[in-house]
Amino acid sequence: MNKNDLIMTLLKGRTLIVLTLLVIFFSFAADSFFTAQSLLLVAKHVALYGILGIGMTYVLVTGGIDLSVGAVVGVAGMVSGYLINQGLTLFGYTIYFNVPTIVIIAVVIGVIIGAINGVIITRFAVAPFIATLGMMYMARGVANLISNGATFPNLVGKEALGNTGFEIFGRDIAGFPVAVLILILIAVIAAVILRKTPFGWHILAIGGNERAAKLSGVHVDKDKLLVYMFSGACSAVVGIIATSQLVASHPMTGNTWEMNAIAAAVLGGTSLMGGVGTIVGTVIGAFIIGVISDGMVMCGVSEFWQMIIKGLVIVLAVIVDQYQRDLQARMALQARNENK
Amino acid sequence: MSEEIYLHAEKIDKIYPGTKALDQVSFDIKRGKVNVLIGENGAGKSTLMRIIAGIEKQSAGKLFLQGREVSFNSTMDARAEGIAIIHQELCLFPNLTVFQNLFMASERTRSGILDDAVHRRLAKQVLDRLNFPIDPDTKVGDLRVGQQQMIEIARNLLIPNLKILIMDEPTSSLSEQEVDVLFNIMRELTASGISIVYISHRLEELMRIGDYVTIFRDGRLVAEAAAKDIDVPWIVKQMVGEGKSYPTRKTDVDWSTRETVLEVKDLTLPKSGGGYLLNKVNFSLHKGEILGIYGLLGAGRTEIFECIMGMRPEHTGQVIKNGQVMKIENVAGQIAQGLAWLPEDRQRDGLVQAMDIDKNIALSEVAHFMSPMGIIDSRRESKATDEMIRDVHIKVADKHLPILSLSGGNQQKVVFAKGALTGPEIMLLDEPSRGIDIGAKTEIFHLIYQYAERGVSLIVVSSELEEIIAIADRIIVLSNGIKTAEFTGADITQDNLVKASYVGHQASGNADKAE
Repeated sequence: MNKNDLIMTLLKGRTLIVLTLLVIFFSFAADSFFTAQSLLLVAKHVALYGILGIGMTYVLVTGGIDLSVGAVVGVAGMVSGYLINQGLTLFGYTIYFNVPTIVIIAVVIGVIIGAINGVIITRFAVAPFIATLGMMYMARGVANLISNGATFPNLVGKEALGNTGFEIFGRDIAGFPVAVLILILIAVIAAVILRKTPFGWHILAIGGNERAAKLSGVHVDKDKLLVYMFSGACSAVVGIIATSQLVASHPMTGNTWEMNAIAAAVLGGTSLMGGVGTIVGTVIGAFIIGVISDGMVMCGVSEFWQMIIKGLVIVLAVIVDQYQRDLQARMALQARNENK
Repeated sequence: MSEEIYLHAEKIDKIYPGTKALDQVSFDIKRGKVNVLIGENGAGKSTLMRIIAGIEKQSAGKLFLQGREVSFNSTMDARAEGIAIIHQELCLFPNLTVFQNLFMASERTRSGILDDAVHRRLAKQVLDRLNFPIDPDTKVGDLRVGQQQMIEIARNLLIPNLKILIMDEPTSSLSEQEVDVLFNIMRELTASGISIVYISHRLEELMRIGDYVTIFRDGRLVAEAAAKDIDVPWIVKQMVGEGKSYPTRKTDVDWSTRETVLEVKDLTLPKSGGGYLLNKVNFSLHKGEILGIYGLLGAGRTEIFECIMGMRPEHTGQVIKNGQVMKIENVAGQIAQGLAWLPEDRQRDGLVQAMDIDKNIALSEVAHFMSPMGIIDSRRESKATDEMIRDVHIKVADKHLPILSLSGGNQQKVVFAKGALTGPEIMLLDEPSRGIDIGAKTEIFHLIYQYAERGVSLIVVSSELEEIIAIADRIIVLSNGIKTAEFTGADITQDNLVKASYVGHQASGNADKAE
């Protein structure tokens, strides 16, 4: 094994190495960090960025971007809060749905918003950045309209209305946060689809060479549409979890979370140029962001310094990623010359 | 000898805005034969193949498959009929592995999950068949171009019920061994009744593998023959055809007495995948001379300009201007040293679409209209662009109109004016008449003569024979990055140019391996 191979192995495992180093560092820096209680708290936060990041990874892999995910979190939370506290009034009758139905409605709304993104991008050839930027504003507006900017408090439902139990998504089952269970479930499904199904191949191909994908018979537009719908669904799930964790829904929930989602994916090695990305990488990326934020809070680092450090970490990650790609290309060239 | 016609194209027209790429072309693909297409760049052969493969739709005309009329709206429609195309430019996914590339959009699955074991096994089989042992898990981006081309070929062999295989210059980056393997595979395929359409610029190669030869010129089918009845000179004659007439510059200058303004020595540019884009090219340019560079697509014509203008820092060799070796750093530096470049792709590299005519003309020179405060002196700028518009005869009512409101010919004049405004000693023109009508072409030529008369030295790249013969005082010919010939005076003939531009195409594989 020569020097390059060693560097390469270290580079490939870098996200996991960085995460381990961060955990060790904060364990020494903050006494309270390496305890079951605080690690579970970190995991709860990570679940939110992780799930958003998974949806984002799919979008980034096709060469797109979804800036509306934070706003969709807000919409899904507000829809859930509204349906629990106020019910749906139609023709003078007010219907109160049970919690599973509310979850389904919220997710379907997320999927619909994603589908609108997808149609704008594929049908009208609007750049994903612009289309989802527009949707970010619109969805945030909708979230505020639902309550006129107010908060829906105390979302525990009423026994008599049969809509209790919403807070379960913020709780623990047998000492394990439900949010983390949902993250694991979504991550496993998403990873299998990305690596093991034709759909996964196709979206990687679209990001790698969209023209070639089209000429190969890949249904480029349909696949892109599905990817934005999936991102919308993930955002809605996060909206439900975040609302449930707070037992209240506020219209500004999820503001700027799209940036955390993009950061998680990028830290995990997803390329903003498309064609490259893994779900495992994104989940580890989400953990890095979570550990840095919560770790710094526990160390008493000021909020302003936290921002600076997070920004640095993201930019550094991309620089290292670029370096890895260069090295890989050089090694491939070298191997080719040796074979001649 | 009666041959079964598998596909018949009937009077196909293809019209692009401003040009007719195909004009009433009727063409047959004979079953189980290698049908060869030849023609200059832009003669229409690739366009016809794209129509047959369902990538583009004809403007008029019909396609018949064994007598049955067919109509393709996508590559999938054509593929369903067993028609596959290997593209000129590679259509691969560099970020994915060999076997993922091979089975893209035709995956084998077991209950919805990809069956990679089957993929690997089938990939191994087809790669073995091509005598191309490579690990199916290799990332395609890590392969060299020739190897990638083999992947593209392998991918098409996997198509079930393959009937027609169209190969658009498949050997352009293959080594000689790989070409041999490919030819064996082609013979196997034709023996099993598959029809092959083969486009290539390597004439010797075509005579070796082809059964029927069809020649295209200017969007028309001009000749067809069985390969055994013809030879290379006949092909060249058909390709060239009767000359078109362009205004020719009459000069009786003995160029050797004129001072040399530019000398290029051993210009070499390595290719990223191995081999050379330019290999030890030497030439000189005299004051007031028009030097033509002729060659096929990919011969290295544009690369010469890119090296001289500082776009290719990896080149080696010397560029000597007025006796001094130039230190080439970047485009801005080269413009400052008295060079101007008109890029081949007017829309992409020559013009800023969002700016008006006036600003486009002033773009390269705008820093010189700056007041000491760093503000543009718009009166001086406007005066200079007005003079330029008169000088190059741009027909425009108002120079503040958007650039895209102009015709192609006038847009090209704007690009010319932009270069001329910097007061260059040397102008590099890459396909200056591409995509403009004959009238505008003539005007561009007069512009070129006008500047040469004033003592500007010009180098013109063109892939149109009649055109370059009309314009140039001297012509160098490139083939595969090597300068194969230099002609002056009466030696400048179409036959000479065509022959020189095909030199060494057969041996390219060796050159690739030699380094």
